[in-house]
Amino acid sequence: MTVHLLHDTAVLTARTLRHVTRSVDTIITTAVTPVAMMLMFVYVFGGAIDTGRTRYVDYLLPGILLITVASGVAYTALRLVVDRESGIFERFRSMPIARSGVLWAHVLTSVVANAISLAVVVGVALLMGFRSGAGVGAWLAVAGILLLFTLALTWIAVIPGLTATSVEGAGAFSYPLIFLPFLSSAFVPTATMPGPVRWFAEHQPVTPIVTALRDLLAERPVGGAIWTALGWCAGTLAVAYAFAVAAYRRRIG
Amino acid sequence: MTTDPPIRVRGLAKSYGPVEVLRGVDFDVARGSVFALLGANGAGKTTTVRILATLLRADAGTATVNGFDVATRAAGVRESISLTGQFAAVDDILSGQENLVLVARLRHLDDPGAVADDLLARFSLTDAAERRVSTYSGGMRRRLDIAMSLVGDPPVIFLDEPTAGLDPEGRVEVWRTVEELAEHGTTVLLTTQYLEEAERLADLIAILHEGRIIAHGTLTDLRRLFPPPTTEYVEKQPTLEDVFLAIVGGAKERG
Repeated sequence: MTVHLLHDTAVLTARTLRHVTRSVDTIITTAVTPVAMMLMFVYVFGGAIDTGRTRYVDYLLPGILLITVASGVAYTALRLVVDRESGIFERFRSMPIARSGVLWAHVLTSVVANAISLAVVVGVALLMGFRSGAGVGAWLAVAGILLLFTLALTWIAVIPGLTATSVEGAGAFSYPLIFLPFLSSAFVPTATMPGPVRWFAEHQPVTPIVTALRDLLAERPVGGAIWTALGWCAGTLAVAYAFAVAAYRRRIG
Repeated sequence: MTTDPPIRVRGLAKSYGPVEVLRGVDFDVARGSVFALLGANGAGKTTTVRILATLLRADAGTATVNGFDVATRAAGVRESISLTGQFAAVDDILSGQENLVLVARLRHLDDPGAVADDLLARFSLTDAAERRVSTYSGGMRRRLDIAMSLVGDPPVIFLDEPTAGLDPEGRVEVWRTVEELAEHGTTVLLTTQYLEEAERLADLIAILHEGRIIAHGTLTDLRRLFPPPTTEYVEKQPTLEDVFLAIVGGAKERG
């Protein structure tokens, strides 16, 4: 059965990946908004934001990467709703294939699609003057955190993908996720924020994730932030996965 | 197991909240025959098929498909069946060929490409094989849908309203396919609301009305249920439609 699961997941992932490669616009669209934000913040607002000796583009990039993933996972919800509405989901379910393979295929596709979008955004950042002397180990750690973050957000996206009644409704969940980095240290240091806002910004998951990424890229020793970041990602992943599987069982039987 | 009918349904019941969709459905389908479940919208046809295809659990009753109980041995059932639902379950973004290869891979067949080419030829889709399915006509999509159901030659096929939404030409194409399946010895359970379709394709017809089978038999059997003609000078054979309306009307008066 495990062999089936791997084989079936691979076949189904190849299918959804074709959906991505045949609509390259989804990858571009995913990258366009964060790139536009990056341009605006670096060239318009950036001059007025005091990030000490850190160049603003270096300061900003981690938050922009999280926004990229947050907008990219909406397509997973979308693709799931389309599969359900077209009836192909039912076809798969009436076939002798590993059931969780259907969901994993969408999740793995999301990981690949988001990785491409992230590479595009990092490429633009490099053109804008982003530089990092981080070694292979630090970059792998950055990739690992982003992978875990993508998995967590994708499993969140699976829930509306399985329960939304319309394609339009399925993407709505991503707006708060995209907005969350604004209420963190992603764009501006939290020091200037008024009390309650500052408290929220410092205790919500985006801040430790952004801090960890920033420290890794700037070759600074990573403090406790990385464990808080990993904890948030792993916790969200576990909770979202449990809800997604429950939704799958309840909704799809 | 070989002597058991490939589909056996006993006392099947299903409710959605207070709505009783199936209220004790019994029937058998003989190996290699075409069985039509005939009924109006909401009669419970799709619910029956979804239970048999392991997509839905019955509240009561038992059903076996190819000797496997649908509730306890769903994996065995899924190995034995193929389902074509009311809406063509095809992948719009893939080509026709890729759709067939996908299903062949998922059924773990040895040579998916050859299986796909074979079915494309059989369903006159070879010329359109490389095109994305989103460019196909309704009839072509339905043909591809049925072709996808035949990948791996499952012994039992469920066709849930296979001609719904098709133009007359597309309908005739599907009919020809079903006739071919029957010649190949596949057991077919077909649901339809078109009397003409049941009349043309089915060896046995069961009329499902308000969650119960209210009549069951060959077309000749069903015709016998029709009140014999009396005052007419020319004896007119009742069509299945007459039979259907007579029985359904009667059931309503009694019910």
